[in-house]
Amino acid sequence: MTAPLSPLSLGVNGRRVEVLAAPGRRLSEVLRADLGLTGTKVGCDAGDCGACTVLIDGAPRCACLTPLAQAAGREVLTVEGLDAAGFAPLKAAFLRHGAAQCGICTPGMLMAAAALLATNPRPAPAEAEAALGGVLCRCTGYRAIIAAVCDAHRRPLPGIPPAPGRAVGARLERLDGRPKVDGTESFGADLIPEGALLVRAVRSPHHAARFAFGDLAGWAARHGVRVFTAADIPGRNAFGTIPAFADQPALAEREVRLRGEAVALVAGEPAVVEALDLAAFPVTWEPLEPVLDPAPALAGGRTVLPLRPGNVLTRGRVARGDPEAALAAAARVAEVEVVTSFVEHAYIEPEAGVAWMEGETLVIRACTQAPVMDREETAKVLGLPEARVRIIPSATGGGFGSKLDLSLQPLIGLVALKTGRPARMVYTRAESMASTTKRHPARMRARIGADAGGRITGMLFEGVFDTGPYASWGPTVATRVPVHASGPYAVPAYRAETVAVHTNGAIGGAFRGFGVPQAAVVQETLFDDLALALGIDRLEFRRRNALRDGVPTVCGQVLRGVGIGACLDALVPHWRRALAEAERFNAQAQAQAQAPGQGLRRGVGVASCWYGCGNTALPNPSTIRLGITREGRIRLHQGATDIGQGANTVIAQIAADALGLPISRIDLVGPDTALTPDCGKTSASRQTFITGKAAMLAGQALRRQILALTNRGEAARIELEDGCLVVSDGQGAARIRLAALPEAGHGCVLLAEETYDPPTEPLDADGQGAPYAVYGWGAQMAEVEVDLALGTVRVLRITAAHDVGRAVNPLLAEGQIEGGIAQGLGMALMEEFLPGRTENLHDYLIPTAGDIPEIRPILLEVPDPEGPMGAKGLGEHVLIPTAPAILNAIRHASGARITRLPALPHRVRAAIREAAG
Amino acid sequence: MTDYLRPRTLDEALRLAAAGRVVPAAGCTDLFPATQAPALAGPILDLTGIEALRGIARGPGGWRIGALATWTEVARAALPPAFDGLRAAAREVGSVQIQNAGTVGGNLCNASPAADGVPCLLTLEAEVELASVRGTRRLPLPAFLTGPRQTARAADELLTAVVVPAAAGAGQGAFVKLGARRYLVISIAMVAARLEVADGRIARAAVAVGACSAVAARLPALEAALAGAPAGEAADRVVPDLVAPALAPISDVRADAAYRAEAAVELVRRALVRALPRQEAA
Ligand SMILES: Cc1cc2nc3c(=O)[nH]c(=O)nc-3n(C[C@H](O)[C@H](O)[C@H](O)COP(=O)(O)OP(=O)(O)OC[C@H]3O[C@@H](n4cnc5c(N)ncnc54)[C@H](O)[C@@H]3O)c2cc1C
Ligand code: FES
Ligand code: FES
Repeated sequence: MTAPLSPLSLGVNGRRVEVLAAPGRRLSEVLRADLGLTGTKVGCDAGDCGACTVLIDGAPRCACLTPLAQAAGREVLTVEGLDAAGFAPLKAAFLRHGAAQCGICTPGMLMAAAALLATNPRPAPAEAEAALGGVLCRCTGYRAIIAAVCDAHRRPLPGIPPAPGRAVGARLERLDGRPKVDGTESFGADLIPEGALLVRAVRSPHHAARFAFGDLAGWAARHGVRVFTAADIPGRNAFGTIPAFADQPALAEREVRLRGEAVALVAGEPAVVEALDLAAFPVTWEPLEPVLDPAPALAGGRTVLPLRPGNVLTRGRVARGDPEAALAAAARVAEVEVVTSFVEHAYIEPEAGVAWMEGETLVIRACTQAPVMDREETAKVLGLPEARVRIIPSATGGGFGSKLDLSLQPLIGLVALKTGRPARMVYTRAESMASTTKRHPARMRARIGADAGGRITGMLFEGVFDTGPYASWGPTVATRVPVHASGPYAVPAYRAETVAVHTNGAIGGAFRGFGVPQAAVVQETLFDDLALALGIDRLEFRRRNALRDGVPTVCGQVLRGVGIGACLDALVPHWRRALAEAERFNAQAQAQAQAPGQGLRRGVGVASCWYGCGNTALPNPSTIRLGITREGRIRLHQGATDIGQGANTVIAQIAADALGLPISRIDLVGPDTALTPDCGKTSASRQTFITGKAAMLAGQALRRQILALTNRGEAARIELEDGCLVVSDGQGAARIRLAALPEAGHGCVLLAEETYDPPTEPLDADGQGAPYAVYGWGAQMAEVEVDLALGTVRVLRITAAHDVGRAVNPLLAEGQIEGGIAQGLGMALMEEFLPGRTENLHDYLIPTAGDIPEIRPILLEVPDPEGPMGAKGLGEHVLIPTAPAILNAIRHASGARITRLPALPHRVRAAIREAAG
Repeated sequence: MTDYLRPRTLDEALRLAAAGRVVPAAGCTDLFPATQAPALAGPILDLTGIEALRGIARGPGGWRIGALATWTEVARAALPPAFDGLRAAAREVGSVQIQNAGTVGGNLCNASPAADGVPCLLTLEAEVELASVRGTRRLPLPAFLTGPRQTARAADELLTAVVVPAAAGAGQGAFVKLGARRYLVISIAMVAARLEVADGRIARAAVAVGACSAVAARLPALEAALAGAPAGEAADRVVPDLVAPALAPISDVRADAAYRAEAAVELVRRALVRALPRQEAA
């Protein structure tokens, strides 16, 4: 028997509130749903992420682990109360340092920091690190956050806004940062419409099974809910990211092919649905022998997807010259097999959103990286014309590739369509981890040959990529890897072949780098083998082989603006210093009477990256609309989703400079498929380059219109004052009264719209052609310390030289570098997703604030002739060299040649033992 | 009876525990992660309103750590050097947030093989105090922890305190934790040690290893071998044969069994070095 609830009273941000909710309810739920304080975020409901951190009587606690009853009678401080509590300077420091990227971890970080600063207003970095250790961030790599906390006591003068035409290159705070530190940024789960139905999915507990439903109608009636299955789907129950490969059902039909695959939806009143025990849902499973390894899947194993007998999704190939002959003639040949794991994106925001009907139109507001694709695919599944689906991306709490794919869009869309009521769904952490895409595990073999002078003569590469049961981005991985597996080096004879194989593992999808980070481990390991065998300094070896302008790539493409040489050169002084320091340290360690195989050793490693920006040899245009309103504001219709990487700011900087007006005049519109033109997906490091170029073209076009109206030349200055455009040059000033101009559309009196699609050439059967118009370049150096007896690795420092062509916003670029390095470090040392075993953030480990070393970013600007103002992409590049640089450093320190990722302590220890013989 | 009870006194709590099946709740850092629901499923007996279960104090028979003592309170408590291991472990439990909520009582009752509190309390010869309407009893910690996630607590009993006998408060304690990242990490293995040293020789050694067997285990063979040894040689006396027999490590997502066995030996050495009195350690 449950007695009626009596209200509980607590202090929240200095106000006394009475709450009528179950005493055992998570405080996070009460704050968010009952009190409307959605600034407190939920990433796991298990204490693992700290996003829900609040202060209770001044002490940080996870609100998700605190029953309401334990907060009763006490004082709770949330992000919404920080200003009143005197922490506005902390928030300002976060903005100044670029400490909030996507912003989903920011409230938790701020609260943990506030507790520290209350007793220690000028903490040392190590103290900040310890205080923030319980809050995970997947975007920033923590260094900017730690710097902000240590700097929060300062009150710097406000910065001077950049002069018109000088926004590009300025270290501007992100334009969309304020709501992230205020806790008002609205993510997928933060819109909770009155009267919305709550939707939950019934998911497979098996890797593979046939299933049948029992009495659904009876069960639904008994619980007062609605149930939907594949039978209710009005359209084509197969979506995908690449139309030709669309194969994934929104709700499975008769057979499930991965753990966590949805088979049914339950929708109803939130209080009813959240209390349901879905284990009792009327479904019976008939488990099938799962295919969990690509090797048997290829060797006549059970077909996972009837569409693709033999389990091959796609193959990729790039071939040039005669690599066998080159290897036969080489002075040295090195060979390796490397095995990597599923890697989880582990954004702190699990998938969430709401769908509702607006007349005939289905509106879906959810976190995403690809609103236009969401619209196409959801419309198809639900049998609606695209015009009847509108996607409004919510703020997105990290994506890194996984939020390119549909997740809950067709599910909440189906419920809203069928019931006519708003339908809301929030994935649990376990649901998110089990059902969404991962980085492909790879088994890769390669041989590389070099001549006696240390020049690469040929390379052979083979990679098998586990793509799980559905296509997702598997074809992209299979094609990108052979193009990039050479690294940014001149390899005259080359053959790289890949195959993406279906299994019943997790779905292999897009994750920062599309398979290239895995392949880089292979190539960079072999480069160290060869340098060691030939007695050549490892950095020097790479410099000798670096690609240069005019030297063809493995695809036979001849590039201009090749920046790898500059990146490697920039590392030279750091490399010399680091080698000397490691040598000194190791000599000392050896001298201290330690038994062999004991003690600490330091090592240094280096690795490079190159990465083509945009789709591989396929069109991928972006369109930008830029206008000026009667009131004299500039309206930038920007359809690129900013998932934390900074597109909102970078695109505006480029547009402002191309137009020649101050960036402070720009208002951002969108993204929203009903308002903004298509800017494509936020993937493949394409937004700065492609959407940036469209923004540059739109800015230039608008500028030309203005100049034409006043008959002025290109050199004229444009200003906005008192509702007028003032155009001046040697002949004096001309004024355009904006209010006097006719409407040009979209609420603007002057309007320009420009599209840019990068020039590429299709690849032939040997992968020869021009797959990308622009590449970005980078090289990183890792310094590590290995505990020989335990096999544990501490990364001490990473020096990262990246050629970005033009650093549109160095603050944001450095943030990308630090964040990418943190993910690369995780991939190298700790991240291993095992379906069914690590579907939470305590068994699946990502780096914490205490695991990220000092990072020294070096931004280089080798202009690209095609990129806007010379700019190249950066988003994915930054992660590629990190893991191989760390692995090479481990080997330098300890002799351990790691070929199985991640390098968990037991694997490092085993490799050390093997190296010792 | 409602499904969420938060009594103010121990007597009332014991009556409620005797009246029907309840789930005791303290910091909820183990209870909440075990469910995905937005609320704890009852009937819950929330102990956090009971003042008598709080605090850490020295009494005539030794030290009494209230079941509700949080890890933050343990880390900050004024305790003799024998407790340095326990205090170090407290600072390694999860994160600041977890340490502010999680309790010693909850850690023991949850009985995870990787519970960081257990090895230290084993080296401190801790006993747990269990109370019910039927009376109060004390069990040595090894008798209380009967298996992974299993204890000798009867359904109507509450753990009220952990008691460290006065004699075990002697010497220097130490704790070493091994995990694959810095914070918020479940131990691959961890070791607690407490050494009593007199005249440069080890008078008594207590060593326990966690996460390498179903329940954390003391190492009696090693302890015997260390007794009487020169303090400076403590680490050198550690050989696998003195460690392995007490352990039964498994392979899991964090590490394989062979590694655990090997790492345990190394961690024992390091814990012993840290448990030397200052001058001996130099
Ligand atoms: C993110 C995270 C990280 C963690 N990291 C660590 C770690 O590094 N090391 C570690 O050891 N643990 C860790 N834990 C586990 C947990 O925090 C500790 O075990 C903690 O001490 C549990 O205490 P509690 O008060 O929160 O227990 P609760 O969750 O309240 O209770 C745990 C169990 O004990 C029972 N119980 C609690 N108190 C009593 C009592 N007085 N009498 C009878 N039964 C009782 C409850 O019924 C329940 O079964 C972590 C947990 C989380 C969420
Ligand atoms: S939501 Fe509370 S810790 Fe993740
Ligand atoms: S900014 Fe920290 S998770 Fe995105």
